[in-house]
Amino acid sequence: MREVYLDNCATTRTDPDIAAAALEAMITDYGNPSSLHRKGLEAQLLLERAREQIATVLSCQPEEVYFTRGGTEANNLAILGAYSAHRRRATHLVAGQGEHASVLGPLKHLGEQGAEVALTPLLAEGHPDPQEMSAAVGEGTLLISCALVNSEVGGLAPIGEFARTAKAKSGRVLIHCDAVQAFGKIPISVDKLGVDMLSLSGHKLHAPKGIGALYIRKGVRIHPLMHGGQQQRGLCPGTESVPLAVAFGAAIEKITCDINRNFENYQRLRKFFLKKIENFPGLCINLASETTPYICSTSLPGYKSETLVHFLAERGMYVSGGSACAKGKDSHVLTAMGLPRERIQSALRVSFCKDTTEQDIDLFFQTLAQAAACIARSRA
Amino acid sequence: MKEVILLKSGEIALKGLNRSSFEDKMISNCRRALGDLGKFSFTKAQSTTYVSWQGDIEVDKAVERLSRVFGIAALCKACVVPKDYSAIEEAAAAYLADELQAARTFKVLAKRADKKFPMNSPQICIELGGFLLERFPHLKVDVENPEVLVTVEVRDFAAYIHGRQLPGAGGIPVGSSGRGMLLLSGGIDSPVAGVMMAKRGLELSAAHFFSPPYTSERALHKVKQLSRKMTPYCGEIRLHVVPFTEISEAIRESCPQEYATIIMRRYMMQIAELLAHRTGCAALITGESVGQVASQTMASLQCTGARLTLPVMRPVIGMDKEEIIRIARRVDTFELSVQPYDDCCTVFTPKRPKINPELGAVERAEEKLDRETLIQSALDGTQLESVRSDTVF
Repeated sequence: MREVYLDNCATTRTDPDIAAAALEAMITDYGNPSSLHRKGLEAQLLLERAREQIATVLSCQPEEVYFTRGGTEANNLAILGAYSAHRRRATHLVAGQGEHASVLGPLKHLGEQGAEVALTPLLAEGHPDPQEMSAAVGEGTLLISCALVNSEVGGLAPIGEFARTAKAKSGRVLIHCDAVQAFGKIPISVDKLGVDMLSLSGHKLHAPKGIGALYIRKGVRIHPLMHGGQQQRGLCPGTESVPLAVAFGAAIEKITCDINRNFENYQRLRKFFLKKIENFPGLCINLASETTPYICSTSLPGYKSETLVHFLAERGMYVSGGSACAKGKDSHVLTAMGLPRERIQSALRVSFCKDTTEQDIDLFFQTLAQAAACIARSRA
Repeated sequence: MKEVILLKSGEIALKGLNRSSFEDKMISNCRRALGDLGKFSFTKAQSTTYVSWQGDIEVDKAVERLSRVFGIAALCKACVVPKDYSAIEEAAAAYLADELQAARTFKVLAKRADKKFPMNSPQICIELGGFLLERFPHLKVDVENPEVLVTVEVRDFAAYIHGRQLPGAGGIPVGSSGRGMLLLSGGIDSPVAGVMMAKRGLELSAAHFFSPPYTSERALHKVKQLSRKMTPYCGEIRLHVVPFTEISEAIRESCPQEYATIIMRRYMMQIAELLAHRTGCAALITGESVGQVASQTMASLQCTGARLTLPVMRPVIGMDKEEIIRIARRVDTFELSVQPYDDCCTVFTPKRPKINPELGAVERAEEKLDRETLIQSALDGTQLESVRSDTVF
């Protein structure tokens, strides 16, 4: 059975070359980057090289990049760390309703600790409403957090605009951007976006799981979540995972070389996908925007997402019902976008990677047609 | 809207007949600083240089890089409009919208270099000021201390509009004063000294004295990183790594301990001078500051510099540590400098160094050393590395 993996926003297959680079770092350059001896220095040089590779892509300084164990840790560090450092000055936090669980989670936690959290509604375009966002920001706002690309539907948020209007209202507000679903797919410059912190993850771009990074603009002060070591200026203490960092650096360098070609491929695949939808009775697309062609959120009203996901998986076809981190609950993103319940419960997210082909999509539609024919319609 | 960057030259503008060679140097340094950001062209007009480009570039990044090029007194982004008053009006409101929206007060400054333009400077100020007041009713005019200075320059080919001007790095272009040999230890002071002399137009070579196993490879790596941190200001640095273990050990073997540091520094200066002669440097540069440590008292400085023929430039000689640190932070070398690795100056530090050494006594103290051989062997083992902003270690 041919395996077709169309769930690349959940994770990607690790590139064999990248895995080889990580393996090399594990078995040859295995030193502790903090050790004084040469073996340590060699490991540190690899770590610095990886940091530079990421900094180059973001157009920032290498010392502004901190390795984390993934996107979730980066988001937590940004939000909890900023709150801890600045809570005497300001306690008001703003985010969109459709943010990822790793942003909403820490915000909820802080809400329970006494912070004021404002979650602004989403537009049908799948990102927070700029007017609502601007209205929510005041003198006492500490932080705005917003995903650059929404993980479920692919809405591209005008972060630059959010940052500009927010900073005009309160010069000290911090802008955090969760760029996990955008990094490596669309060009990102931290200066152009005007953000103070930006979260990244490696396993969405063919690096292994367990590595991410947080960009923190020089001069922005946040507190660590863990204590007990001077690594990474004490902000992310603990021995750095050199092999995973090397893999992350190599992965982003590789994918950035082809970023334009890949994007054109996504656009072509998206066009093909939309044409297929036209001929598929009942299937609808949840976000028509073309800005992030690699995420296609669809719904097949009358069928339950979970049943469809299982049916497809039995035939070697992998897609998701929503964000993998939501673990099968009703999508809060689609709910916030105001979609009807039957659309929400029948949602399927199809997401491409650089290796996705038209044949993959073709096969997806064939299998989905079988599903529609075989599965009993739910009485939703 | 077409955008350019304006570079205002400060001191260079006063250079008389040599001015254009200074400007050319500055432009070539700018080109190097902008490097991979895109394709740029430079046009000189009076005391301003216009930087333009094709296609989409990261303008703020370009401004940031240019703000570290010596020879530029001030710089700003500007938009280019045809020389037509109504176009100027609309462009000013649109181009500076964000700045004006956030400000409370403003002032219009007009410069009409092209006297054929139908309105004179005061007329432009009055008209444009009135227009902006209508467009941004929250603004007030403040001619003394405006938050935003809206500047309109009507020049030969176009009009330029800009708002806030950023301070440039000042000084004169690197390369317009020859080359100097910096003694680079890895501490806070020497990188600052190097950048300060680069500000006066010196290209830099550097000498680092490396004493394994007393100093680690990390210390050497740190020096390379420091050199790279300096390159946005200084351009390429030619770094000489001089093996110094043999000399340190010989001094420890056969010289009185209290003179060890002073003798070590005399050797460093001599080797640096020989390297300077070889590589066309006209001066030595050090980060010494009077009285900071025992080897930097007036008497010690006299001893370390006694046998030299080249001038020794000590730009931080009269500065307090705090003042030096302030510059180190601005240049962004501070955090690297304070990484805790043993450097060449702390190897074999005597417990009670001589604070007021006398030259005769120092010379007697180092008598037993075979100077020629030691120095020759250090020079033979010296490795040269070229450090640029994109050098990967």
